[in-house]
Amino acid sequence: MTAVPIPLSDLRRRQPRFTGISPGHRACQGCGELLAARLVTEAAGPDVVVANATGCLEVTTTNWPDSAWRVPWIHSLFENTAAVASGIEAALKAQSRSSKVLAFAGDGGTFDIGFQALSGMIERGHNVLYVCYDNEAYMNTGVQRSGSTPVGAATTTSPAGKERLGKRHLKKDILSIIAAHYMPYAATATVAYPADLRHKVRRAIEVEGPTFLLVHSPCPQGWGHDGSRTVEVARLGVQSGLVPLIELERGAVTGVMPIREPRPVADYLKAQARFRHLFADSAEAARELQHLQALAEHNIERYGLSAPGPEAHDSEGADTVRRGGNQWA
Amino acid sequence: MPLALEGSQAIARAVALCRPQVVSAYPITPQTHIVENIAKLVADGALDCEYVSVESEHSAASTALGAAAAGARAYTATASQGMLYMSEVLFDISGLRVPLVLTCANRALSGPLSIWNDQSDSMAVRDAGWIQLYCTSNQEAIDTHIQAFRIAQETTLPVMVCVDGFTLTHTMEPLELPAQETVDAFLPAHRFARMLDPQAPLTIGTMVGPEAYSEVRHDHHHALLAAADNILRANADWAAASGRDWGGLLRASGPADARIGILGLGSLIGTLEDAAEQHPELPPTRIIALRAFRPFPFEALQAICADLDELVVVERAISPGAGAIVAAEVRAALSELPRAPRVHAVAAGLGGRDIGIGLYPNLLEVAQNEKIERFRIIDLDPQRLPEELSA
Ligand SMILES: Cc1ncc(C[n+]2csc(CCOP(=O)(O)OP(=O)(O)O)c2C)c(N)n1
Ligand code: SF4
Ligand SMILES: [Mg+2]
Repeated sequence: MTAVPIPLSDLRRRQPRFTGISPGHRACQGCGELLAARLVTEAAGPDVVVANATGCLEVTTTNWPDSAWRVPWIHSLFENTAAVASGIEAALKAQSRSSKVLAFAGDGGTFDIGFQALSGMIERGHNVLYVCYDNEAYMNTGVQRSGSTPVGAATTTSPAGKERLGKRHLKKDILSIIAAHYMPYAATATVAYPADLRHKVRRAIEVEGPTFLLVHSPCPQGWGHDGSRTVEVARLGVQSGLVPLIELERGAVTGVMPIREPRPVADYLKAQARFRHLFADSAEAARELQHLQALAEHNIERYGLSAPGPEAHDSEGADTVRRGGNQWA
Repeated sequence: MPLALEGSQAIARAVALCRPQVVSAYPITPQTHIVENIAKLVADGALDCEYVSVESEHSAASTALGAAAAGARAYTATASQGMLYMSEVLFDISGLRVPLVLTCANRALSGPLSIWNDQSDSMAVRDAGWIQLYCTSNQEAIDTHIQAFRIAQETTLPVMVCVDGFTLTHTMEPLELPAQETVDAFLPAHRFARMLDPQAPLTIGTMVGPEAYSEVRHDHHHALLAAADNILRANADWAAASGRDWGGLLRASGPADARIGILGLGSLIGTLEDAAEQHPELPPTRIIALRAFRPFPFEALQAICADLDELVVVERAISPGAGAIVAAEVRAALSELPRAPRVHAVAAGLGGRDIGIGLYPNLLEVAQNEKIERFRIIDLDPQRLPEELSA
């Protein structure tokens, strides 16, 4: 079979034209968070202002005198990103400027310490897209547990040991909490499905008001997998049902990425050292594994993720079908 | 023509005259009347600005920061616990060299809880890298806010205007509000050269390693020292426009031949001046109002104290375990003089304890003590102290 050459002009058209983050930053190889942020800024385009929380994304991209950012960007503190973004948005409004304000933060800066500011920003209806890069722990400070760390995961402050099987508490259901603000648009996405992610970024930017994206972003360093397997691990998260990809408008589910053949949660967990202790030969470990499997099944049930038969954009084919394809032509 | 206004209302109207584009605020006594009045001005269409009612002081300061970084003239106000709660952001605002104006309606700190006036809150953040200006009266508060916006944008430093809670904020008196044209002529349209702008993207707030952090601090420190000139010029220009001169960095009253000085910050100055008038039998006294606490006016202070034998510093806050705050700095500055006055330190009026005319003779007694008064709270009630401490 001979490959049909794509005319250069067409190739260009299909390529994202704009990159918000330049190469040369200092993130680990295979960092899901950096990949996610690059995809988000590509989809958002150049007419944005970014407020970024303290965390890996900030630290690895702005080592003075270098900056990887090609968009106006400000970092203030760890927990005030939504408030800084609120101020920027208020200023733009006062000056009749129309650029979109983006707020970027990790899961720690969103689920935990920055939550109050985020809730306030949403309640006040600021026109800001808030993106949480969810790597499920405080990575920048050395992999400590956060409100987003899944139950059973070992971190440096929820280690596994004789008496403990990693984190003892459930991952906070942040999306439901956000949606409870009568949120115009809130969605989950992952680096495993860039086309889906881009679509959601564009949708969120269209909305005149607060929007929220939770982007599942594997961290090879903290999760204990090779940097070359970031996308694969992220995909397994979706296919197991543990990481449901959904869209909510005013609290109602308006879109889901279906899973044709759910993979066992163990496939996802086995790929990561942070869950290694769950595969020990003990009744407790087996029970925790079952627990995680049940959580995944609960997600599938709750959001109606099962899709029998082939689907144009299910978790098997979504990325290949939609990459630069019919959706964006 | 003077208007009868409550201090807070006057401050709100003065801020409005400066045409802020973004105001963010979270209520706390005794700051509430200021932000309520601004909200009402916005609601009535008398002030065209984005009024952001945030969910905390941390966010109030952060929202003001974001707005100022995006090039807007920004304002917020707080007091007491709110000041402490936003303190993390205060350091960041000044370190990023983002200009904005904040009113501190000075109030004591918990615990125990007190809503009443002293200056523990602004003193607790004296190292936050902000310009700090203390007002002796509501008229000075009006004029200082107008000057503060100009100083902030000229220096790209944040300015904290301190007004004593209740004593000033809740006092009704006849006040001169300047005309809008006067303010417009004094205060140029806001401009922030490093503003966040997609047409010219800049990165603000990077991570800085040991190779440059010291230089950043050096720059910041020298920017604050250099801001003294901006404060003096703003004061002089505003004096020319309004006819009211608040002395710039500090000001002194009293007979030229006085050998005893009393130094304080804020509204207690008026009380001391009245007291001096009512007590002509007491030794002549120079009453010094320290208007700028940051930048600290070393030279101006040395000049005004060079011919004194005794100086009593009245603190409106305490540094437990050390005692004096302002006096510690005054002593350090005056130690450079060939013939420095003795510097005594007392605190008065903590947590709202009334400062009356009666304080004045007590201060003069301290000045004439044989021993230097290192520090004590001068208006203690021995009845309320445990026996072993009341001696
Ligand atoms: C008030 C405050 N507390 C703690 C820290 C330390 N700190 C900096 S980044 C960070 C963790 C960030 O975690 P997350 O938000 O999940 O981002 P990640 O690094 O994982 O991308 C912590 C705890 C801080 N900078 N400020
Ligand atoms: S620690 Fe994790 S999140 Fe941080 S840069 Fe490395 S891979 Fe990315
Ligand atoms: Mg994280």
